Amino acid sequence: MFRFLLRRLALIVPTFVGVTFLAFLLIHLVPGDPIEVRVGEHGIAPERLAELRHEFGLDQPLWKQFLDYEVGVVTGGLGTSVVTRQPVWTEFTTLFPATLELTGCAIALALLVGLPLGVIAAVKRGTPFDYGLMGLSVTGASMPIFWWGLMMILIFSVALGWTPVSGRISDMYYVEPWSGFMLIDTWFSDEPGAFSSAVSHLILPAIVLGTQPLAVVARMTRSAMLEVLGEDYIRTARAKGLSAGRVVIVHALRNALIPVVTVVGLQVGVLLGGAILTETIFSWPGVGHWLVESIQRRDYPVLQGGTLLVATLVILVNLGVDMTYGFLNPRIRR
Amino acid sequence: MPLLDIRNLAVEFATARGRFRAVDGVDVSVEPGEILCIVGESGSGKSVSMLAAMGLIAWPGRVTAAAMRFNGSDLLSLSPRQRRRVVGKDMAMVFQEPMSSLNPCYPVGWQIAEALRTHHAVPRRKVRDRVVDLLDQVGIPAPATRLGAFPHQLSGGMNQRVMIAMAISCNPLLLIADEPTTALDVTIQKQILDLLVDLRRQRGMGLVLITHDMGVVAETAHRVQVMYAGQMVEEQPTEALFAAPRHPYTAALLAALPERAMGRARLPTIPGVVPGIDDRPQGCLFNPRCRFADEKCRTEPPLLAGPPGRRARCHYPLGAAEVAA
Repeated sequence: MFRFLLRRLALIVPTFVGVTFLAFLLIHLVPGDPIEVRVGEHGIAPERLAELRHEFGLDQPLWKQFLDYEVGVVTGGLGTSVVTRQPVWTEFTTLFPATLELTGCAIALALLVGLPLGVIAAVKRGTPFDYGLMGLSVTGASMPIFWWGLMMILIFSVALGWTPVSGRISDMYYVEPWSGFMLIDTWFSDEPGAFSSAVSHLILPAIVLGTQPLAVVARMTRSAMLEVLGEDYIRTARAKGLSAGRVVIVHALRNALIPVVTVVGLQVGVLLGGAILTETIFSWPGVGHWLVESIQRRDYPVLQGGTLLVATLVILVNLGVDMTYGFLNPRIRR
Repeated sequence: MPLLDIRNLAVEFATARGRFRAVDGVDVSVEPGEILCIVGESGSGKSVSMLAAMGLIAWPGRVTAAAMRFNGSDLLSLSPRQRRRVVGKDMAMVFQEPMSSLNPCYPVGWQIAEALRTHHAVPRRKVRDRVVDLLDQVGIPAPATRLGAFPHQLSGGMNQRVMIAMAISCNPLLLIADEPTTALDVTIQKQILDLLVDLRRQRGMGLVLITHDMGVVAETAHRVQVMYAGQMVEEQPTEALFAAPRHPYTAALLAALPERAMGRARLPTIPGVVPGIDDRPQGCLFNPRCRFADEKCRTEPPLLAGPPGRRARCHYPLGAAEVAA
């Protein structure tokens, strides 16, 4: 297990180089640089522009800039934002809990609802419940997030007035960012109503972000369960006189979880990076929102550093998934 | 009174082209302590009829029977919950593929213990000792060290022993073994069969052995039922069956045994294959492959007939004169 872990960790290095290279290349394909974007339409003296560019190293050839960046990452960290002059790492750690909170709730929703629905659909295969659920799940999986998010806002925030439109918490409250997770911070704060405000802000984005993974988890669980339910050992379990529930939960679900965990792992990766749309729609002050802004500002260090950090997380999550296999399936254990 | 008594069993499956009868008109009866062998080719309905007895035919399969009694209780009138108290406890089954019949996610000791716990066969704190004892009984060396082994860490023969330990864990009155040796090496086959026969003798339980191996039948069975295309075509005590088969299908099966064909130039075979879903013939289901078939066989389905315990489903049973005399 330890050797396996080491080998996987070693793979991270080339992945990083690749990811930073791509991020670097893509952002430089976009016309303009941080200086030009900040100057805007007012114009600037060409001498001053050259001076500023030199200060940020933007006058160097691309390969040199890339090498400098890589060396910087290895030796001194991720650099500072061109716009805010804050270290990229500080900005990331401030914003990341918001993304993690949102992603965590979305995944929790997907699992808590998607798993049972998938199991029931498999057990009741061929019934109207099964067909209805699978129809819904196709719809859910193919739902464009920006449209779905706007519809949810229109219905629940605007028409019904049940939830706020944007942000993490109402302006009325000030909560010391102790852990960075609003739910935890408000729970322990002495401001009455802060926690329920945080929950009401979180609920819509979590549903919007959780819809696709929910649909995917339900479908995957159903198909994995259908396969497992046809296995010989399920017949053996029934031949022991076990109740139908025990056969499904203890004997079938554990075996069906392996493909589901794979999908969930991939989804977590997608969500961490791809909460971008949801965060933008709901003005959720998270990493996705931050990255989108850094593109608009051509904030090279933020974009590259942020991409690198998100990539790290995705790699770590996948590593975690691989290690879960061993727990779920003794045949993979060494 | 028979331990297991099933009359006119039918199992139907819904297919795209309507209902298909996988088993039709099968009677099974097993006395306490008796070994009954059910023989037939693949697809003849042997396994399905025993799965029906166990209540393991899942939707969309449908089981009907004129009577289905086990150990004095009427299986047809039991609720699913009551049926589960019988299945796995008084009536247990061992399957064909030991490698895939055990759950890959759980240690074998746990899987045996689960059967004990489900039926409260022994007090909770004695479960472990009982599992070790069972593994010992089925001939697994160093049983205490095997409790934590997973099925993929054991050989096929060992897994089949685990399956048998699981089946006999609650001291069943009837053990059904569905081709328990088909997936195993020849050397292991003999060991497993001997184990089953020994366990039957020690415990006095009834044993139903599903097989397509006539050699196994000759060695182990007290009584034999021959199945063909979902129907029972003949039943006889073992010696009588081998001495004087009454159905032409049984006779052809026996003639095709290599040890019986010694001295002949060619091994006799039965032409054709068992009819499938779509090509069930009119009349007797065996008529296209039968040497003796005539017009009556091609139009009129025969009924099981003959003296009790020696019935055959044939218009012209072999040796009819001797039996009548």
